[in-house]
Amino acid sequence: MQFMLLFSRQGKLRLQKWYVAHPDKVKKKITRELITTILARKPKMCSFLEWKELKIVYKRYASLYFCCAIEQCDNELLTLEIIHRYVELLDKYFGSVCELDIIFNFEKAYFILDELLLGGEVQETSKKNVLKAIAAQDLLQEDEAVEGALRDIGLL
Amino acid sequence: MPAVRGDGMRGLAVFISDIRNCKSKEAEIKRINKELANIRSKFKGDKTLDGYQKKKYVCKLLFIFLLGHDIDFGHMEAVNLLSSNKYSEKQIGYLFISVLVNTNSELIKLIIQSIKNDLASRNPIHVNLALQCIANIGSREMAEAFGNEIPKLLVSGDTMDVVKQSAALCLLRLFRTSQEIIPGGEWTSRIIHLLNDQHMGVVTAATSLIDALVKKNPEEYKSCVSLAVSRLSRIVTASYTDLQDYTYYFVPAPWLSVKLLRLLQNYTPPAEDPGVRGRLNECLETILNKAQEPPKSKKVQHSNAKNAVLFEAISLIIHNDSEANLLVRACNQLGQFLSNRETNLRYLALESMCHLATSEFSHEAVKKHQEVVILSMKMEKDVSVRQQAVDLLYAMCDKSNAEEIVQEMLNYLETADYSIREEMVLKVAILAEKYATDYTWYVDVILNLIRIAGDYVSEEVWYRVIQIVINRDEVQGYAAKTVFEALQAPACHENMVKVGGYILGEFGNLIAGDQRSSPAVQFQLLHSKYHLCSPMTRALLLSTYIKFVNLFPEIRTQVQEVFKQHSNLRSADAELQQRASEYLQLSIIASSDVLATVLEEMPAFPERESSILAVLKKKKPGRVPENEIKENKSPTPVTNHTNEVNNISSSSADLLGLSTPPTSQPNSGNTGVLLDVLGDIYSSKPLNNNTNASSNKNWFVDPKKFVCKNNGVLFENDLIQIGVKSEFRQNLGRLGLFYGNKTSTPLTNFVPTLLWPEDNAAKLNMQMKSVEPVLEAGAQIQQMINAECIDDYTDAPSIVVSFVCNKVPHKINIKLPLTINKFFEPTEMNGDSFFARWKNLGNTNQQRSQKIFKAIAPMDLQAARAKIMGFGMALLDGIDPNPDNFVCAGIIHMRSQQVGCLLRLEPNKNAQMYRLTVRSSKETVSVELCDLLADQF
Repeated sequence: MQFMLLFSRQGKLRLQKWYVAHPDKVKKKITRELITTILARKPKMCSFLEWKELKIVYKRYASLYFCCAIEQCDNELLTLEIIHRYVELLDKYFGSVCELDIIFNFEKAYFILDELLLGGEVQETSKKNVLKAIAAQDLLQEDEAVEGALRDIGLL
Repeated sequence: MPAVRGDGMRGLAVFISDIRNCKSKEAEIKRINKELANIRSKFKGDKTLDGYQKKKYVCKLLFIFLLGHDIDFGHMEAVNLLSSNKYSEKQIGYLFISVLVNTNSELIKLIIQSIKNDLASRNPIHVNLALQCIANIGSREMAEAFGNEIPKLLVSGDTMDVVKQSAALCLLRLFRTSQEIIPGGEWTSRIIHLLNDQHMGVVTAATSLIDALVKKNPEEYKSCVSLAVSRLSRIVTASYTDLQDYTYYFVPAPWLSVKLLRLLQNYTPPAEDPGVRGRLNECLETILNKAQEPPKSKKVQHSNAKNAVLFEAISLIIHNDSEANLLVRACNQLGQFLSNRETNLRYLALESMCHLATSEFSHEAVKKHQEVVILSMKMEKDVSVRQQAVDLLYAMCDKSNAEEIVQEMLNYLETADYSIREEMVLKVAILAEKYATDYTWYVDVILNLIRIAGDYVSEEVWYRVIQIVINRDEVQGYAAKTVFEALQAPACHENMVKVGGYILGEFGNLIAGDQRSSPAVQFQLLHSKYHLCSPMTRALLLSTYIKFVNLFPEIRTQVQEVFKQHSNLRSADAELQQRASEYLQLSIIASSDVLATVLEEMPAFPERESSILAVLKKKKPGRVPENEIKENKSPTPVTNHTNEVNNISSSSADLLGLSTPPTSQPNSGNTGVLLDVLGDIYSSKPLNNNTNASSNKNWFVDPKKFVCKNNGVLFENDLIQIGVKSEFRQNLGRLGLFYGNKTSTPLTNFVPTLLWPEDNAAKLNMQMKSVEPVLEAGAQIQQMINAECIDDYTDAPSIVVSFVCNKVPHKINIKLPLTINKFFEPTEMNGDSFFARWKNLGNTNQQRSQKIFKAIAPMDLQAARAKIMGFGMALLDGIDPNPDNFVCAGIIHMRSQQVGCLLRLEPNKNAQMYRLTVRSSKETVSVELCDLLADQF
């Protein structure tokens, strides 16, 4: 996978993950073009389109569009399911996820994505394992928070 | 505000709320600028900023960046966070870096140090953070820093599974940036054996890595085939409960299955190991069988995952192209999908069938679905699906169905989306030519194309119809009649006027016997369009008119009237003015004999491959359209239809013949008046004196290629291959040209002629031995050329090789690799004497020449070095203070003099530009050397 974009129905970019290096300018241009192209498509249309030398796979969940750019030889249907697995993970983590969760906790959205996909390749498809890894991260954070609080009141 | 998980940063949440509450873009920018100022001052002034605050501000910066604003500070603070002993701070630091830091950042050294520390951590969560960061940024420096460490992590027995997974993909990323980091030897088998790992997540990650490694070194990794087949076999035979969490909506491990199937597509079917081959075929059959089972769930996720595996299996079946049974089953399966209610499936089925159509085993099976595909082209709601249907029709087209498919495509073209019209026109033109058994049909199709979609008919297409008509006597009368009828439409496209004008100018006499198309009527008909046309078309029509003067003397005065018209004779367009006045004079002065000679019918065009195909390929980068049936890879050929299909593809190759636009015709005697009609007069590109070489790029070997080498293939097409070997000593050179006849018929009237103007011949004297006039089928002959450099010259001589093949005359014009640099003698010298001379020669402008140019491909200094060495001068290493620069010295030997030359080539990697400077004791030499070398890098 070359990149993944999350954007709203209003065309606002909510998350971007690039697996191939591009200058910022190019990224912005690609993003703009793709958002316009995809928003112009009708609901019943095919989820795949050819775009330059890449294939675009996208799917809409409520107010958010998830869009992936993959190479010619990559599998389109399974890319749809990568998107779905990611949505499931977000949903499980936030508890029925909505666009606001991703706006306010964008860093978490990134951390979850990094567990699912690394360097543009699927790393771990087991929902259980990904959530376990994220839970372990959260646990570390909470321990640190507790430790900090205790230190603040002079108990440590 | 929704609840914030983990240790929420309240300040961040408040800031995000503020932004969301902004009523206008301006308000948002104002709020952001305020925040940026605040953060800047905190970072600058407040030395007591604690980790939490740093984290919060870095996070805010990240958010601002994600909103689309530029961030130019905070990088250092983010790097500081990396060394925090708090995980949450570290994690935000890494996130900022992976989103915002460029690989060439100055901070990369600091980042690498932090990553090193974290990699050494005993806490796997920290190790993973570091690995993920490398996988996200993955620069060359990181490859150098961690190239040793990560393979160890990957195969060590002590490493935890989660770390192994990240390590595998991290290594993949580094491998993509620097291929040399993967250790060979025993590592190879240890990496391959990850396919056997118990942990499915590890196998999933490792398979991607192995796939990339295999692509670079298939031989070394060959043993992965049997392991991959075994693993795949275990998955496809597993019940969905066996794999627990790796089962996705009742489909066992779809991601791993697809990756394994992809991995296997790097190899040809394992023929030498029938056991593996058999097991693989069983897997593929099982997958095809499962497709027929009733779904285990109604959810789209279930069918998507199941079909993802199925499509990948079909890709492998097509790739292997050896099991007729599997190919036909695959085709039937896809046929079912063509009428599925899921648009996605229809799209993919059409796409996948395109590949099946090119296999001789399944070509016939694909053709059974023709009607459905035609319906898809007409009825699908989504243009991308219609496009796939067009591609498939193109791929499945052969002699048996060409008329029907072409007709359907023509019908559809009338209402087709603008976005796909041009491509469809090209496809129709190619198919019509390729499968024409009757050229009247071909002419009809092309004229229909112009009628229906004239705006989308490119030059290549209408040049081509003219070439074919001129080359085939049997169709000329029909073509004249048809264009005449087409021109009678009240509004006809300008392209029609061009084709009509050209064809009537050549063959109007064939229909002049009929009163309805008498010479005067033809002339009036064409001229009625004249005023609506562009200057280029008018120029063409003027040439048609003068041809009419020859064909039909009875309308001479009418034609002369037109030439004399003010708007022509005094046209503001220089080309029109010139044609009108010259043609007028020609028609007045020349006797009928002279006219007949000058305005004779066009000679046949050399048979070449259609340039339309090249245009189509250019339109579809990344996906070369195919309408060619591949030969199978199976050792056992199948029965009867093999022959038939092969015949189709070989006989069609003939028809594809012919290509270049008429501009590239060498000027053959004085019949060339019309030649330039289609020429480059209205394009910005100036014609150079060697029109042939400039326009035939498709099949011509670039003459520049031989500036830096002496031996190789100079030219090759379907008929002939011409190779060269050459050697040079002082001012003398000897070239051996090798002509090989690739066809099964003799090439007769075989004559190579030297093209080298007399004034040049005084500077480079050449002698060419003659050769036998017949080149037998499959034979090769040699011709020697001796050359002596007398004085400095520019450019290089050419030869024209003319011959007749199957009664069709051919002419090939080739540049010889005899540029002046061939007479170099390399000269070694040390740094001091080099720069002393360099300075000396630089005193006057006349002696030096400089060019600055952009690299034609990504800079590769190794390749540049090889080229420089081939140029003939001595490459002086270690002289230039900048090790990337090349400096060279040499002497050119001529009979009259010797010219010492110095050269310096300075690559600028950042700008991807080169600066080339040549200094010599003679200005013309400096300039010529500079010109020769400038396009090489």
